[in-house]
Amino acid sequence: MTLKTLPPISRSTEKFSLKNFFHSIWRQRWLYFLMMPTLIYFAIFKYGPLWNAQIAFKDFKPLLGVMGSPWVGFQHFETFVNSFYFTDLLTNTVFFSLAKLILGMPLAIVCAIALHETWFLRYRTFVQTVIYLPHFLSWVIMFGVLLVILSPGNGLLNAIIEQFGGDPIPFLTSPNHFRWVVIFSDIWKETGWSTILYLAALLAISPDLYEAAAVDGATPLQRIWHISIPGIIPVIVLVTLLRMGNILDAGFNQIFVLYSVPVYSVGDIIDTWVYRQGVLQFQFSLATAVGFFKGVIGLVLILISNQIAKRVAQQSLF
Amino acid sequence: MLRSKTRDAILFQIGLAVFLTIILLLILLPFWRVIVTAFIPLDIYTREGIPFFLSPTEWTFEAFNQLLGHSMFPRAALNSIIITLLGTAISLVLTVPLAYGLSTRNLPGRKLLMTLVLFVYLFSPGLIPIYLLITGMNLTNNYLAIILPPAVSVYNTLVMMSFFEGLPEDLKDAARIDGANELQVLWHVILPLSKPILLTIGLFYAVYFWNEFFTPLLYLNDNDLMPLPVLLRNILISASFNEYVEYNAFSSSSIESLKAAGVLITMIPMLLVYPWIQRYFTKGTLVGGVKG
Repeated sequence: MTLKTLPPISRSTEKFSLKNFFHSIWRQRWLYFLMMPTLIYFAIFKYGPLWNAQIAFKDFKPLLGVMGSPWVGFQHFETFVNSFYFTDLLTNTVFFSLAKLILGMPLAIVCAIALHETWFLRYRTFVQTVIYLPHFLSWVIMFGVLLVILSPGNGLLNAIIEQFGGDPIPFLTSPNHFRWVVIFSDIWKETGWSTILYLAALLAISPDLYEAAAVDGATPLQRIWHISIPGIIPVIVLVTLLRMGNILDAGFNQIFVLYSVPVYSVGDIIDTWVYRQGVLQFQFSLATAVGFFKGVIGLVLILISNQIAKRVAQQSLF
Repeated sequence: MLRSKTRDAILFQIGLAVFLTIILLLILLPFWRVIVTAFIPLDIYTREGIPFFLSPTEWTFEAFNQLLGHSMFPRAALNSIIITLLGTAISLVLTVPLAYGLSTRNLPGRKLLMTLVLFVYLFSPGLIPIYLLITGMNLTNNYLAIILPPAVSVYNTLVMMSFFEGLPEDLKDAARIDGANELQVLWHVILPLSKPILLTIGLFYAVYFWNEFFTPLLYLNDNDLMPLPVLLRNILISASFNEYVEYNAFSSSSIESLKAAGVLITMIPMLLVYPWIQRYFTKGTLVGGVKG
């Protein structure tokens, strides 16, 4: 929200009164009337789930309903924290988020700089069009593409491995390789699209700086190091902070499509576990408690990230 | 001195072009492999596997004929179109008033509304509470189960709100002085000026609904309601293959070809509108900054 010239509001001079408040609502009755469907929608579909979330602290029985089920306090949270899968789930989730960020971000930055530096503008547009494409495809399509590349029978990668005399690897079902499949397929799908913010920041750098560097006889690499990189540091900081705030969102759709029983131990993240435990095993309260736990940590992390962003980059994340 | 500098610059440009070409090929090669796999005739496939290059003169449309010959694919495509159109329409109808209301500076209770909207954006209790809500409302096997929970995205609302905030206040005031109420202001003044943002946000929603496969899988168990991505997933994991294709012993395409053809059929509608989508997404994403 940018600061614009606000109309002089009499709020400071007038004392707040209920009558005035209702009067002002009445003046805006059309606007409220207009928003009514959305407000009702919010009450049901956004706050309804929050109401249901109380079963995290109850022993939910479908027959008794959300209200009728007995309270059990933090029992489900204790069960989760003390369970053997707690560390695995948390490690997998954080591992995937961090690996995607640490390996994906430098590549995106290098791509953005390459696109920015190239003289062949037509070719640049073409490359951009192609590398943005995977972002718009669903993970189901990506799964199909990955099967064609990775299947042990005649996948492209395994064909190459066999050419060099190696044994085919069942990438999608092998616990030793599944993590890399998750990380690299995400990088393959999203790196192109994530160049867009860096590229925008690069294009916003004043051309005067580059001209001055040319006059001073800077080499291309010096130019990138001393002008381009400093120019996109704010974006890098913001993207990193935002990703840190969402570190527990490791990509549910992706893992849900790609994983299978043999790789649960290395692929299971909080979200996929919640789905299986809740929807498939009917452990509604335990699954809700875990989802709630994730939600609270997520909220705290994003608020912290936002504070840092405000202080460091003078920008708000939301 | 000058010569060596330009030579450096040219070498640098060649290096960049090579790098970009490698990236380009890394993206394109998998798709090329999908195409070859989908079009390969069975005799070549059984004789030599999948070659890297297959001349288009040898391509066969057998796999596509088999998939499209079964009623399942056309029906799933129709289901996807229904979900996408209905979902986008409902989403816009619900998003626009909220974004407009929040952009109105002197709306009483605006701060409270903003807080309530932001809170559900920042805190999510996860899948199960919403699952219980939807099943409790008996929305299983109903497209509303897929459409309603994500119908208003807070992020999209905020992007639209900042667009509305950028419109000159004078325009609205002029209409208000002429005696228009807020409904008329929105309809006759704001919306005609907002076509770019409506298109952008509409596309955000449309792409989301077109790609959505988890909630259909969760809430629809009637095969006749299945959208394309769910059908594709079932084909890819080969669950009861014969339900979805005219597959028989005399088939002249392999299972791999059928799977690859399924991928292509599901991709093609997106490819057709992609140039358009790309343009608006680029704009919309840059408006939204890093949020997203």
